[in-house]
Amino acid sequence: MTAVEEMPWRQLHRRTVPVTALTVAGIAAGIAAPFVFGFVGGGKSALTVLSIAGGAVLLVTVLGALADLMRWRHTTYRITDERVEMRHQWVLHKVKSVPRERVRTVDLTANPLLRVFGLTVVKIGTGEQQDDGNQLTLDPVGREHGEELRRLLLARPAPSAGEATGEAAAGEHVLASIDWSWLRYAPISIVTPVLGAAAFGAVMQGSDWIGLQNRVISTVGDIGRALGVVPTVLVLTAIGVVIGVLGSLGLFVEMWWRYRLEREETTLRVHRGLLTTRSLSMERRRLRGVDVFEPFGARLAGAARVDVVATGLRKKSDQQQKADPTTLLPTAPSALAHRVAAEVLGVEASPQSTTTIHPHPVAARGRRIRWAIYLVLGFVGVLVLLGLLLTTVLLHIAWIAAVVLLPVAIALGVDAYRNLGHGLSNEYLITRYGAGSRHTVALVRTGVIGWTIRRSPFQRRVGLLTLSATTAANNGEYFVRDVAETEGLRFAEEAVPGLLTPFLQAAPPR
Amino acid sequence: MNEVRLRPPRNRVEQRAVRYWLANELSGCAAAVVIFGLCAWFIEPARFWILLSLGVIMVLALPYSIVVPFWRYRVHRWEVTEDAVYTRSGWLWQEWRIAPMSRIQTVDTQRGPLEQRFRLSTLTVTTASAAGPLKIAGLDHEVAEELAARLTEVAQANRGDAT
Repeated sequence: MTAVEEMPWRQLHRRTVPVTALTVAGIAAGIAAPFVFGFVGGGKSALTVLSIAGGAVLLVTVLGALADLMRWRHTTYRITDERVEMRHQWVLHKVKSVPRERVRTVDLTANPLLRVFGLTVVKIGTGEQQDDGNQLTLDPVGREHGEELRRLLLARPAPSAGEATGEAAAGEHVLASIDWSWLRYAPISIVTPVLGAAAFGAVMQGSDWIGLQNRVISTVGDIGRALGVVPTVLVLTAIGVVIGVLGSLGLFVEMWWRYRLEREETTLRVHRGLLTTRSLSMERRRLRGVDVFEPFGARLAGAARVDVVATGLRKKSDQQQKADPTTLLPTAPSALAHRVAAEVLGVEASPQSTTTIHPHPVAARGRRIRWAIYLVLGFVGVLVLLGLLLTTVLLHIAWIAAVVLLPVAIALGVDAYRNLGHGLSNEYLITRYGAGSRHTVALVRTGVIGWTIRRSPFQRRVGLLTLSATTAANNGEYFVRDVAETEGLRFAEEAVPGLLTPFLQAAPPR
Repeated sequence: MNEVRLRPPRNRVEQRAVRYWLANELSGCAAAVVIFGLCAWFIEPARFWILLSLGVIMVLALPYSIVVPFWRYRVHRWEVTEDAVYTRSGWLWQEWRIAPMSRIQTVDTQRGPLEQRFRLSTLTVTTASAAGPLKIAGLDHEVAEELAARLTEVAQANRGDAT
């Protein structure tokens, strides 16, 4: 390594200012538009309204650009041999510093606007659970420079001289890339009904903004009277389904365009995105397992998705982004999912497919069916109560709901029981769970950093317990629910040898 | 296969923890009485309903406040061996937790104002898991300090980031 290679302090990319200006202008115009429509629709002079709105948008844009200019002028960063440092020195002085050896993820994200300007946002994560101070965001830097940073930060300082170029040593290996036949799984995801419903919401909201909501409602009412209620509902549902299907296809294309999963020497990398491009890289050291997840629709079609189980991924609270950062492979045929899972872990075949998975005692099924029934009864109970107080229509809805929902809920309960399972291989522990959708998680046994055993009064009565393996990865624990007492304890004892043994004793004879 | 059970951790928490828990729960009840009482005093039209809901709450909360501290005392136990920290807590719903020494990241003790009066501390042992730390409530504060010192030493000796 070259001597005292302290990089000087660098600035973020200067084109951040026009990007911010355009973004702010876009948002401001978006907020102003409904008001403009509203006022013009309300009979105000179009010219006056437009000039006031235009002035306001311009003012906000200038302020936004100025603020960003100040941020840009006073923010600097550098990468030394030891640390990544970022300095902000305006009004408040802040220095953020992360040891390079702690860097675990480098994510590059570029929305369409940033791409037009040749920029990208770099997020450098350390894989620690403590919030704050564990992530540095360089917003934005030039695209090439971003790539360079990614290589530099994730390449372990090799003793050889080839380190500076980074790429030279890294043997890239593509584990999976986009296959457009996977598109067929997009419409059978939860996205379809959600988008379909959202479309109607958007129509109502939009028509409200331009003051036409009542007309929309009365038009639909007229059609309803002309066609009859049932055909109208069917037509509306069909429209919703079509929009949902198109939307889910579009979303899939946007998210997974040019998808590629690569394994480099020390890192895993997912590259994807049509409009907004994302490149997520994580150190393989952080890998603690994989989750083969079968969403309900995909499960029926024999498909599965692969999610990563790794330390230092964002916590639940931070997962509001629609693009789940933990997905390694979108929904694809099961065989492929298992192959990718195996290759990610670096084993012959996925632990999920080679390990014997043991079912749980029948008492667990009773519990699930009872929960299902209580849930439906609770819902129906509320309807009945309201029906008695308000209108008898609700009483009819209540009994129809009971007739329809009860079998569905019980079927889900039985399915939840059938999905329950656990197993051990040489290196991994497997837990399978889910109602409708199904997760099969393989967690590396050395990644288990403790056990939690929980028992409710009901579980004590029927001899069950809920075991959870705590881990530094993802949400912190993986559950083996409602396993028989002895079997669960033996399982935990075997999975992490020695840890549980001193705390076990023979059961008193019955 | 022989049937096995978890054995209880070796040490009980301090006996005066029961009094602390009692004091804690009952002061909660007292606070409810004061707040509802004041509301009832000032809001005359709703007085009946406020007092009725206070009554309902008290019927549930008082037995809870009196019974649960004793129950908890029977359940709460802890043990620190060479290799692991082992705790049991809860009352109706019970929880056993085991954390190996090699994965402990930080150890600290907390003493709320009421705990201080009873010379009690809560020991918190964190690992790298986001599922939350192990907690041992109702320790004598000297015992807690000693344990914390001992575990902190272990945690510092842990190489790597214990993940």
